[in-house]
Amino acid sequence: MSAMDARRHQPSELLHVDSLEKSFGGIRALQGLTFSVAEGSIKAVIGPNGAGKTTLFNLITGLFAPTGGIISLKGETISGRRPQEIARLGVSRTFQNVLVFGRMTVLENVMVGRHIRSRASILSTGLRLPGMRREERQIQARAMEYLGFVGLEDRAREYAGNLPLGEQKLLEVARALATEPKILLLDEPAGGLNTRETERLAEIIHRIRGRKITVVLVEHDMNLVMENSDEITVISFGQKIAEGKPREIKKHPAVIEAYLGEEADYLNSPAGRG
Amino acid sequence: MQDRTALLSLIVLLVLFPVFVTQVEAISHYLDVMIFVGIFSLISMGLSLLMGYAGQISLGHAAFFGLGAYTSGILCVKLAVSPWLAMVAGPLLTAVVAYAVGVPSLKLKGHYLAMATLGFGVIVRIVLNEEVGLTGGPSGLSDVPGLKILGAPLDSELSFYILVWTLVLLVLVFCLNVVHSRIGRALRSIHDSELAADAMGVETARYKVMIFVLSAVLASLGGSLYAHYVGFLSPSSFNLLFSIKLVMMVVVGGMRSLWGALLGTWLLTFLGNEWLHVFKDFDILVYGAILLLVVMALPEGLVSVVSRLGEVRKRGKESAG
Repeated sequence: MSAMDARRHQPSELLHVDSLEKSFGGIRALQGLTFSVAEGSIKAVIGPNGAGKTTLFNLITGLFAPTGGIISLKGETISGRRPQEIARLGVSRTFQNVLVFGRMTVLENVMVGRHIRSRASILSTGLRLPGMRREERQIQARAMEYLGFVGLEDRAREYAGNLPLGEQKLLEVARALATEPKILLLDEPAGGLNTRETERLAEIIHRIRGRKITVVLVEHDMNLVMENSDEITVISFGQKIAEGKPREIKKHPAVIEAYLGEEADYLNSPAGRG
Repeated sequence: MQDRTALLSLIVLLVLFPVFVTQVEAISHYLDVMIFVGIFSLISMGLSLLMGYAGQISLGHAAFFGLGAYTSGILCVKLAVSPWLAMVAGPLLTAVVAYAVGVPSLKLKGHYLAMATLGFGVIVRIVLNEEVGLTGGPSGLSDVPGLKILGAPLDSELSFYILVWTLVLLVLVFCLNVVHSRIGRALRSIHDSELAADAMGVETARYKVMIFVLSAVLASLGGSLYAHYVGFLSPSSFNLLFSIKLVMMVVVGGMRSLWGALLGTWLLTFLGNEWLHVFKDFDILVYGAILLLVVMALPEGLVSVVSRLGEVRKRGKESAG
C-alpha cells in the first residue's frame, strides 16, 4: 500500500462475510470465505467458473442458508434469514441468467421492486381506497424514475420478455434499485453485452455509487472489473486466494496461477490490461 | 380503461338478458342457467387469481364449494339458523380449513397444492357420504330454505338472478382492483419467477396462501348461494369431476384474465346444462375436444380472441384517423 492509500479515509464496513461455508452434499462450494465490503465502494469478486461466486450471492441474499459462518450487514447478522427480510434490510441483486418478469411490462417489473417500500393491503387494494390510490401513483412515479436512471423510460409499456438481453439486464438493475438497497449485488451484468452496452453499464455503476449505494460485482469482463472496482476479491474453489486493488491483483502470482492457460492470457491481453 | 368498457358492456348484457329471454318461450329457462353461471363465476374468478396470477393449481375447489353449501344447508335445516348468518358462517369456516390445507402445501415450491387439494377433495366427499346424521349421506340434504330480504322471499328466478349477479359484479370489481395493484403485480411476479420475486422481497408464500384462502372463500360463498337457490344438496355435485370442470372453465376462457374466467364459466355451464344434452354420456368427449383445441390453438384462452379483435379494431381506427 502506498502512503497515499493509507492516508485516505477508511470508509466504514457495510457487508462482512466471515468464515462462510456452503456444501451441497459432498461438494464444498465455499470453504471459510472471509472478506468485507466498504460502504460506498465498488467491490469486484472474480474467479474461474465454478469458484462459488453465484453461490456467494445466493447466500448473501438468503436464497440458500449457509452451512457455516456468518454474513452481517452493518453489524447485523443476515445469514440464515429469509430472502424477504434481507431485501427489506437493504440487499438487492440482479441474476446471472436474467430473471425479469417476462409477461409483465417493463414498468410493472420495476414497480415490483417498490413492493417492499409500499404497504396497501388486499382489502384496501380491492376497494381502491384513497390511500392505496395515492400510494399506487407514487409507486408508478418512482418506478419511472428508476427506468429513467438506466435509460429505459421509452420501453416502459413493452413486455419485459420482448426486450433484447442488454436491456433486460439494465431492467434488472432498475428493478433492484427500486427496492432502495444499501448494497447492490450484480451477477455478471456484462455477460452477453457488446462493448457499447458494457460502457453504458460501467457508467451506470458509477452513478449508482454516486447515490451512496455500495456495489458488489461478479464479472468475467476483466476490462470492466479492472477499470471500475475499488477492490477485488479473488476466489477459487470456494476459497479466497487474493485480495487488493486492481493493479495488485493483476500481478498477483496466485491469481495468475488460478487463471492458468487461456484465462491467464486473457488477464494480460490488451482487453484485460485496461 | 379496457376493463371499464368491458364492465359496462357486461352490465348492459346482464340487464338486457332477462328482458330478452322472458320474451322467447323456448329459452325462458335460460334465466335459471344464468343463475348457475353466476354462482360458478364466483368460484372461477377466485380460481383465475390462483391459477392465472399466482400460478397454483387447485383440484379441490368443488370441495370448498361443497363446504359452503353444506354449512348453509346443515345450519339452516338442522339448527334453524338464519340463511344470511349461515352464508357468513360457511365462508368463515372455509377460510380456516383452506388456511390449514394451504399453509403446509404452499410453503413448498411446485405443484404440491394440486396434490393436497386433490386429497382434501376426497376427504370431503367421504365425510359428505358417511356423516349421514348431519349431511343426509348419499341421499342428500333436502328442504334447505330460500333467502328472504326484509321478510320478502327471493323466490322468483329474477330476484335470485339479480342477487347473484350483483354479488358477481362486486367480486369482479374487487378482483380487478386487486389485479391492478401491488398485490396483483406481486402475484404475477411469483408466476413469472418465484426466485426473483423472493429476491425483491415479495412474501411469496404468504401471498400464495392469501389468494388460495380468498379463492376458497369465494367458492364457499358460491356454495351457500347454491344451497339456498336449489334447496337440495347431494355429495355428487361436489366431486372431483366438478373440480376439474372448474379448472377447465378457467383454462378455456383464459387463465391470465378474470374476463376469461367469466367467459369460460358461461360457455361450459351452458354446454353442460343445455347444449350438450344431445351427446348424452358422450359429452365428456366433447369437453375433452374443447380443452384440447383451446390448449393447442389458443393457449391464452377464448378471451384472447376477443382482445385480439379489440386490438385490430383499435389499429383500424388509428390508421383511419
